[in-house]
Amino acid sequence: MDTRQKDIEKLKDYKYGFTTDIENIKAPKGLNEDTIKFISNIKKEPKWMLDFRLKAFERFKQLKEPNWQKPKYPKIDYQDLYYYSAPKSMKDKPKSLDELDPKLLETYNKLGIPLQEQARLNGIAVDAVFDSVSVATTFKGELTKHGIIFCSMSEAIQKHPELVKKYLGSVIPLTDHFFATLNSAVFTDGSFVYIPEGVRCPMELSTYFRINASETGQFERTLIVADKGSYVSYLEGCTAPMRDENQLHAANVELIALDDAEIKYSTVQNWYPGDENGKGGIYNFVTKRGLCKGKNSKISWTQVETGSAITWKYPSCILKGDNSIGEFYSIAITNNHQKADTGTKMIHLGKNTKSKIISKGISAGFSDMTYRGLVDIHSKAKNSSNYTQCDSLLMGNKCGAHTVPYIKNKNFDSNIAHEATTSKISEEQLHYCQQRGLNPEDAVGLIVNGFCKEVLQQLPMEFAVEAQKLVGISLEGSVG
Amino acid sequence: MTEQLELDFNKIAKKLDISEKDIKLKRKFLEKFMKNGFPNKKQENWKFLDINQIIKKSIRNLSFYNDYSLPNKIDSSIFVDGLEHNKIIFINGRIEKIDFNYEDKNKIEISDEIEKKITFDNENSLIDLNNAFTNKAFKIVIKENYSLKKPLIIYHSTNEKTKSKNVNLRLDFDLEKNSSLRLIDFFTDKSAKNFSNILYSFNLKKDSILKNFKVDNFKNDNLKYSFNNIEQDSNSISETFILSAGSNFFKNEVNCNLNGEFSSAFVNGVFSLRENQQHEIRTTINHLVENTKSYQLIKSVLGKNSKAAYQGKIFVNSKAQKTDGYQLSKAILLDETSEFNVKPELEIYADDVKCSHGSASGSLNENSIFYLMSRGLSYKQSKELLINGFLLDVVEKITDSEIKNLIKNMIGLKE
Repeated sequence: MDTRQKDIEKLKDYKYGFTTDIENIKAPKGLNEDTIKFISNIKKEPKWMLDFRLKAFERFKQLKEPNWQKPKYPKIDYQDLYYYSAPKSMKDKPKSLDELDPKLLETYNKLGIPLQEQARLNGIAVDAVFDSVSVATTFKGELTKHGIIFCSMSEAIQKHPELVKKYLGSVIPLTDHFFATLNSAVFTDGSFVYIPEGVRCPMELSTYFRINASETGQFERTLIVADKGSYVSYLEGCTAPMRDENQLHAANVELIALDDAEIKYSTVQNWYPGDENGKGGIYNFVTKRGLCKGKNSKISWTQVETGSAITWKYPSCILKGDNSIGEFYSIAITNNHQKADTGTKMIHLGKNTKSKIISKGISAGFSDMTYRGLVDIHSKAKNSSNYTQCDSLLMGNKCGAHTVPYIKNKNFDSNIAHEATTSKISEEQLHYCQQRGLNPEDAVGLIVNGFCKEVLQQLPMEFAVEAQKLVGISLEGSVG
Repeated sequence: MTEQLELDFNKIAKKLDISEKDIKLKRKFLEKFMKNGFPNKKQENWKFLDINQIIKKSIRNLSFYNDYSLPNKIDSSIFVDGLEHNKIIFINGRIEKIDFNYEDKNKIEISDEIEKKITFDNENSLIDLNNAFTNKAFKIVIKENYSLKKPLIIYHSTNEKTKSKNVNLRLDFDLEKNSSLRLIDFFTDKSAKNFSNILYSFNLKKDSILKNFKVDNFKNDNLKYSFNNIEQDSNSISETFILSAGSNFFKNEVNCNLNGEFSSAFVNGVFSLRENQQHEIRTTINHLVENTKSYQLIKSVLGKNSKAAYQGKIFVNSKAQKTDGYQLSKAILLDETSEFNVKPELEIYADDVKCSHGSASGSLNENSIFYLMSRGLSYKQSKELLINGFLLDVVEKITDSEIKNLIKNMIGLKE
């Protein structure tokens, strides 16, 4: 087989594995105050932002990398990473899409995310993040009409400092934990969303993350604020080229819902998972946390995790406002040598708060999957309730599925119910489907989709179709 | 604390009638314990209840010396009435009496070998403490094809001499092929503020049956820790029932290795806690081969300021296909100040298994109370009826009717 053919073979497995050949500006390798100053400087940030970063860095120096997680990984050398990488053409920010480097446009077209507005089928506003910077945000005009702010984080720091100052770090404080603090020190870009009082966002907002440069860590920061009585649905997608090295992705996502507001956050994560021998792939160590600050607010997380060599994240909800609701729907699929340790935290602080957790884990090949969750009902959270269901599906006896829920109840008015099951696809089910003319792979796909249905239903239409396909692709080769 | 440990160890070493070599071995464990100290909440297994803090708070200056050379007076009023039984009586960690009057003497062998093999979870510093300070450890062997006619009751008793002291004891049991043993641990404390550390090791051969009932029913302000290690050969059955109600602090750990096919393990527990009590059950069931089964049911009723924790782990090895594992914990919180923490854990490496766990906690159902009150019961009566019904569920799981009735009478549950 010649190399070209091999490449084609490879691409069949992970179709987003290509690299865009583009000139980059990078920060000097290594993590120190100068790197942070470099990032802050190149983004022309005000002083308060630099202080924020330096304060986080001070704290970071005292922190130790956690190691309680199930998937172990070789030690990361934080001095051997680039903390900033941006396409050269982005140095002077293009004013419109016409000025954008055609290579970038092409990349996004290849990924199935056309940035030209007319090319979009229906209204989804996209913020495209390439390595360390946001390259384009679509449908700005339409959104501005409603008073909605949807832009890159860097732009928000320049144009809306009062909002950023008020909310940045209010859910994930500077001092939180190792990776979150690292992000606070070196974050490069991300999305900022503000929905004003009483506005129902007319379209889905979305961010598309792409890692392109090698030896680069991606640290983006997303902040979504839904003011009183507003509603927003936000989607996030991610891909990266295929490389033999492991790349670090440590993002922070903060959601804030004020009185009567609702935020729906959906993720389809398809980072490069490494090859079938477990070489390469992204380390996806993300901190996602939502704060239901106001009364009757609601935050709902939906995630489809199919990529990454190691996924280690717990999208959480802090239910502070009375009557607030937190939801978490998750499908996590691991194949080959992938590892995942994911779940959620529901912290009940306010009265009558409710939370619901539905988690579906599927492991195949040599992979390891852990659901780890915390339900913590504080003594003041009167009359609150939680329902948790986590199911695991195993394919083959080389993989593992684990469930580690922590349940703390300090309130006698509250109800907590938790159930978990582990099973495999039964011979009868397979036989039934094959009898009706499906080949084994399609049959497994169908059964798995049925297993995940409760979660897939939560996704917006376009994403649901995509996710359903992804579930099928991720499990290819795990049957028989 | 280190000085105290050193001092007390030297005193014990002098009095104990054992060889130089054994003392050396014991010293090794002592050094290990001194290095690690009492477990604290930084360790995952002690996350919910921190014994280090609890000892500091309720005993303050703990000492370790026990004089095992002098016999203690046996108080026969503690004996269980209405059930013929064999006896082992521990007073202050010293065996005062071993009585197998109802059994065929040739079928039971009792030895006091000091050499102990510890093949399990050695990362537990309380086990090190136990190894360092125990008196002679007895080993009881039930011979092939012999079933004890009457249950064996082990009385755990302490008197004033052990105030602010740590008491360690250990027993080993070997159940040979096709033998069976019913064992009741009965805790009767006549003193206050001591900490007992109990270690049992069971070795179950093919087709043998062990039923262990731990009854801690009398209110006392002592601290207790008990660790059961159970090794099971093929087709053996172990049944553990824990009534956790009397002591101020009680942590029961059960570590069960299902090493043989078709072996099964059952763990059932009841927490019935009143003011300021803190209890925990932690189980680890390791399914290591095909066709093994485990079942766990834990129910708790928690009063004012009480705290209960349950950590249950089911581990399934990649070889252990066709495993059936089940775990359920339920709790009723009676007061604003009560707290219930659970960590039901599954770690599974085989695909053809049936494993599930469930956990629920909440308050008493007001509708049920209303139903009962509208039929003429007082509020208090209805509450009691509901709680009894809730707990009876676990007691009903006991497979031995004689002992089931005994326990029912003890805790005043009526059908």
